[in-house]
Amino acid sequence: MSKVVLKTENLGISFGGLKAVQDLNLEIHEGQLYGLVGPNGAGKTTVFNMITGVYKPTTGKFWLDGENLTGKKQETINHKGIARTFQNIRLFNNMTVIRNVLVGLHNQKEFRCSMLESILRLPRHFKTEKAMRERAKEILRIVGLEEERNNLSCSLPYGKQRKLEIARALATNPKLLCLDEPAAGMNPHETEELMDIVRRISSEYKITILLIEHDMKFVSGLCDEITVLNFGTVLAQGTPDVALNDPEVIKAYIGG
Amino acid sequence: MKALMNIKWKHYINYVVVGAFTIYLAYMAFAGDMPRSQTTLYTDIGVTIILAVSLSMVVGFLGELSLGHAGFMCVGAYVGGKLAATFTEMFTDLNEYIIFVIALTVGGLAAMLCGFIIGLPALRLRGDYLAIVTLAFGEIVRIIFLNSGGVFGDQSGMKTPRLDRQILPFISFILVLVTLFVTQNIIRSKHGRAITAIRDSEIAAKATGINVTKYKLMVFAIAALFAGIAGVLSSYTENKIQAATYDYNYSIEMLVIVVLGGMGSINGAIVASVLITYINNVLQTQLQGNMAVLKNLIYAIVLIVIVIYNNAPALKGFRETYNIKNLFSKIFAKKHDPSKVHDDEAKWDRVPTKIDIDEVLSVDIQTGSPYAPDKSEKEKN
Repeated sequence: MSKVVLKTENLGISFGGLKAVQDLNLEIHEGQLYGLVGPNGAGKTTVFNMITGVYKPTTGKFWLDGENLTGKKQETINHKGIARTFQNIRLFNNMTVIRNVLVGLHNQKEFRCSMLESILRLPRHFKTEKAMRERAKEILRIVGLEEERNNLSCSLPYGKQRKLEIARALATNPKLLCLDEPAAGMNPHETEELMDIVRRISSEYKITILLIEHDMKFVSGLCDEITVLNFGTVLAQGTPDVALNDPEVIKAYIGG
Repeated sequence: MKALMNIKWKHYINYVVVGAFTIYLAYMAFAGDMPRSQTTLYTDIGVTIILAVSLSMVVGFLGELSLGHAGFMCVGAYVGGKLAATFTEMFTDLNEYIIFVIALTVGGLAAMLCGFIIGLPALRLRGDYLAIVTLAFGEIVRIIFLNSGGVFGDQSGMKTPRLDRQILPFISFILVLVTLFVTQNIIRSKHGRAITAIRDSEIAAKATGINVTKYKLMVFAIAALFAGIAGVLSSYTENKIQAATYDYNYSIEMLVIVVLGGMGSINGAIVASVLITYINNVLQTQLQGNMAVLKNLIYAIVLIVIVIYNNAPALKGFRETYNIKNLFSKIFAKKHDPSKVHDDEAKWDRVPTKIDIDEVLSVDIQTGSPYAPDKSEKEKN
């Protein structure tokens, strides 16, 4: 088996006595497409918030590539290689599409350029600026937004805004990409396109993907392995076929 | 030639205008016959531009409301002024311009340190709360200098050295150019992108790996540095520094200038600085005695009018019709004749119809497309 990218051990968080997530044990292997599903309020986004540093877990730990990142700051975790998108889109609305991606490229080692170099407009400033633009265009090409690169990001239609969020996350060069309901609000055609993009990111760029999604077709068509959450606890884990047919899972969704 | 064409001239227009004025001032200084009223006005305009441009970095680009800019200026003025006064006494044979440069550096750095310290709470406080803290900072600094027990002068002010009146406007505009150079180059670089990203969405900026702490502190420190430099400059315009000059009204005046110029627009801040300083100057000579208080009323009115003009839903139609951009495009754009438009190249959103297209299409058109209905005011906010 390939090496483990993300590992969580008894990860849990409680808000004033309410246990939003408890005893979550995940093991995501390199190159895997991992799904996190569950009914509303199951704690899926809370898991994302924990592994990206928005919340500090109250119990348990998690490792990225064997490095313990529990309780680290958001930007540190991003530098280490976890990038995310948001359920409710959070783009930099007053910037153009390409600038959104350029912000994502900000911390890449090859584009390092100190503020003093920028103020004095030394050659390195122009060189990095040009290289960054090239890379940003490449990334936009992956999600198919190259043509719209000079539009304001808030003027894009909803589906494209989601793709732009993915592009921005990709720009930070992550080892693990966390997609929070990427297909929410998309029509079937856009969903198809998105599945294609996600598949390509996974296969061509060798990025491990963890995604939350309600669209079961999307999940079962894409994911190698899933975890079903309900009320913060794990109901089932395994391949989509097995996990989604688990009687507990069916009960949680349909009731009974 | 091609390289010249590739330069985005609109990015450099402010250098050209300010630079031309600086050369004019250099010429006037050389001729040496500027009347006193003009030297004061030009120096004041320079000081105001430096302050407004640096404040617009905090308010317009970082998106934090700071009301303590006069405080940073006060630090620069007192520290720089005191240093200059001592140096002039101690080293009588030292060139006064060298002393000025030293005072400028030290005053600026002292203010920068204060900016850094004020930046620390700015990491935790947002919006109004930060405004209160910075406001308090400005007042505290002023009162400390006022009651320094003789170190920084007494209640009536502190004596400072002065440069030649004729050259001061020129120096002031050289410093404006330096300020413009530094702030614009920061804004138009990857660092500027990071700063505006923080303004647009702090959560997303953090998730994208932007070091929010570092950039907030940096912007506060740099803005304070320039405020300090402006302070030293202003201390050189008069024989005396008076703490009352740097009260909160002055900070609010700067904020009015930034808002009037349009948040996040450096050129706007420059134009507004010139305008407000000029009006100020005129009012100061016109209003005497008790009437002088009315001066402050103007800022209040300007601020209220701008905010209402920019945000009132009732004025939406008016704004769209009398928008400067639209006016220009109306003047320069070709007349659009619907009868001459071929079907395949028609821009349907511009063809006048009696049917309100928004209403008809609003059901299945996605937001963002050219045919999409306008968002309601509520959604926008």
